[in-house]
Amino acid sequence: MSIFSGGRQRREPSKIPYYVILVLLALFALGPLVIVVFNSLKSSAEIGRNPLGLPLSPVFENFPAAWTQGDFSTTMVNSTILTVGTVVGVCIIAGTSAYAMARLDLPGTDAVLLYLFVASAVPFQLFLVPLFFLWSILHLTNSRFGLIVIYWAIFSPLATLLLRSYLVGLPRDFEDAARIDGANELQVMLRVVLPLSWPGLLTVALVTGVYAWNEFFFAITFIQDKNLKPVTTSFLAFQSTYSQNWGLTSAAAIYIILPIVVLFLFLQRRFISGLTAGGLKG
Amino acid sequence: MEADRTTVEDAGGPVKQAGASGPRLRRLLTAWLFMVPLLVINVLVILGPSVATIYYSLTDWAGIGPAEFVGLQNYRDLLADTDFWMAMWHNVIWTILFLTVPIFIGLLGAFLLSQIKRFQMFFRIAYFVPYVVASVVNAAIWKNILDPERGIGSALASIGIPFLKGVSFFGSERLALPSIAFVNIWVWWGFILLLFLSALQSVDHELYEAARIDGAGRWQQFWNVTLPGIRPTFVFVVLLSIINSLLVFDYVYIITRGGPAGASEVVGTLMWKEAFERFEAGYAAAMGLALSFVSGLIVLIFIILRRRGWEV
Repeated sequence: MSIFSGGRQRREPSKIPYYVILVLLALFALGPLVIVVFNSLKSSAEIGRNPLGLPLSPVFENFPAAWTQGDFSTTMVNSTILTVGTVVGVCIIAGTSAYAMARLDLPGTDAVLLYLFVASAVPFQLFLVPLFFLWSILHLTNSRFGLIVIYWAIFSPLATLLLRSYLVGLPRDFEDAARIDGANELQVMLRVVLPLSWPGLLTVALVTGVYAWNEFFFAITFIQDKNLKPVTTSFLAFQSTYSQNWGLTSAAAIYIILPIVVLFLFLQRRFISGLTAGGLKG
Repeated sequence: MEADRTTVEDAGGPVKQAGASGPRLRRLLTAWLFMVPLLVINVLVILGPSVATIYYSLTDWAGIGPAEFVGLQNYRDLLADTDFWMAMWHNVIWTILFLTVPIFIGLLGAFLLSQIKRFQMFFRIAYFVPYVVASVVNAAIWKNILDPERGIGSALASIGIPFLKGVSFFGSERLALPSIAFVNIWVWWGFILLLFLSALQSVDHELYEAARIDGAGRWQQFWNVTLPGIRPTFVFVVLLSIINSLLVFDYVYIITRGGPAGASEVVGTLMWKEAFERFEAGYAAAMGLALSFVSGLIVLIFIILRRRGWEV
C-alpha cells in the first residue's frame, strides 16, 4: 500500500483548502447580490430591524410599488428598444464589414484592422464634447435613436474584430460552390455564410446586448428626458429619491438585473453548445 | 494572424488567375461597399469628433454657439489647475489599487480554479456575475452594505466588533476614493480571474511534468512555468487596468459625484462637469485630449516594448 501510494499520494494533496478559498470568493462575489434579493422581500419595518439578513417575514409589496414608482413601464421599454436596436445594428454593421475583410479580400484590410483596434480603444473623453455639440445640432440628443447610433459606433469595432476572426476560421468550400452556381456576393453572405456564422453572431449579440443594457456614461450624458431614459439612469434618480427605502430600491434593482442575468446564463449555454456542436470541422 | 494571411492569399489566387479586370474591380468595389456602414458611423461618431476635439481644445467655447480661438490658453490653465492635478493624483491612486488587489485575487483564484474539476463551471459563472450587473445597481448595493447606520459596520457592532460602527465610507474625505475603488474592484476581479484562467489552461502540461521531474516545488512551478506561460495575458491585464483606471467615470459619478469636497474627483468626472455643468466645453476638450494623450502614450510604450522582443 505504502509502496504504491508513496509518490502519487504526495503529488495529489487534498484540494479542500482550494475549495475553501474558492467558496469564500464565490460568497464575496454573490453575497451582495443575495442581500439585494433578501432586501427586496422585506417591509420597511423589517429593513429597519434587520437591514442585511434573511427576510423573516417575506412580503412582495415592494415589487409592484417599485414598478409604478420607478416608472419601469416606460424605462423598460426604452432599455429594450436601445438594446435591441443596438444589437441588431451592430450585428449588421459588424457582420457586413467582417465579411468584407474575411471573405471579399478587401484591399487595405491591414489598415482597416489597425483603425478598428485604435477605434475600439479610443477613450470616450476624446470625442465626447464635439459629439454632444454635433448631436444637439442634429437633434439627436434626448433621442433613443441618437443614443443607438452612438452605441453602434462604439461597439462595432470590437464586434467586427470578433466576427472577422470567427469568419476566417470557417471553411470556404460552400461559398465557392455557390459562386460557381452563379450566386452574387449578397446571396453568398446571406444564404451560405450567415447560417454558418450564427455562433459568432450570438457571441457578438451577447456581449453587445449586455453592454448596451448596462451602459451608463452616454445614457446620462445624452438623455435627460424622463420619458426616454433607460433603466440605468432612471434607477439612479429613483435611488436618490428613495435612498432610505431599501426594500423598494432593491426590488427596482432586481428588475434591472433579472433580464441580463437570465439572458447571460441562457446565452452562455447556447453559445457553448453552439461552439461544440456546431459541426465546424474546418 | 499567420493562418489568416494564407487563406486570404489562397482566395486571391483563382481571382488573379482569371485575369479579367472587370470582375476584380467589381469585387473590390463590393468589398468596400460592405464596409460603408461601419466607416460612416465611425467617422460620424468617433473620428470626426475626435479630430474636432483638437480644434475645440484651442478655443473658449461654451458648448453651443461660436467658439473663440484662444491658442494654448486652455492648456496653460490646465497646468495651473490644482483641481485637475488633484484629480490626476486620484487616478494614480486608483491605478495602484487596480494593479495590485484584483490582479492578486485574479491570479490566486485562477490558479486554484485550474487545479480543480468539480464545480469549476459554477465558480466561473459566480465570479463573473458582478461584471454583467449594471453599474448603478452594484453601486446601490454597496451604498447600502456600507451605510454608516444600517450597514455592515452596525451589523458587526451588534455582534461585538465595534471598529466600523458609524464609519461613513463614501462620506468621509479620507475613505471615499478607496471605498469607491473597492466597489469597482469587486466588479472587476472576476473578469480578470477568467482571463487568467483561460491563459493558465493553455499552458502546456508537459512543462509542469518536466518541472516536477526536475524536483520543482509548487511555488517554483508557479514562478518558472505558470507565470512565463501566461505573460502575454498578464501584460494585457496590466495595460487594461492602467487604461481603465485613467478613464474611470461610472462608479465615481454614481456613488459620490466626485465628493465630498472633491475628495474622490477623477479626471473623467472633472472633465464631464466642466463640459456639462460649468459649460467650459473648450476647457473640457483640452482636458479630454490630455487624458487621451496620456492613455495613448501608455499604449504606445507597451507596443514599443513588444516590438523590442519583449514577447508580450
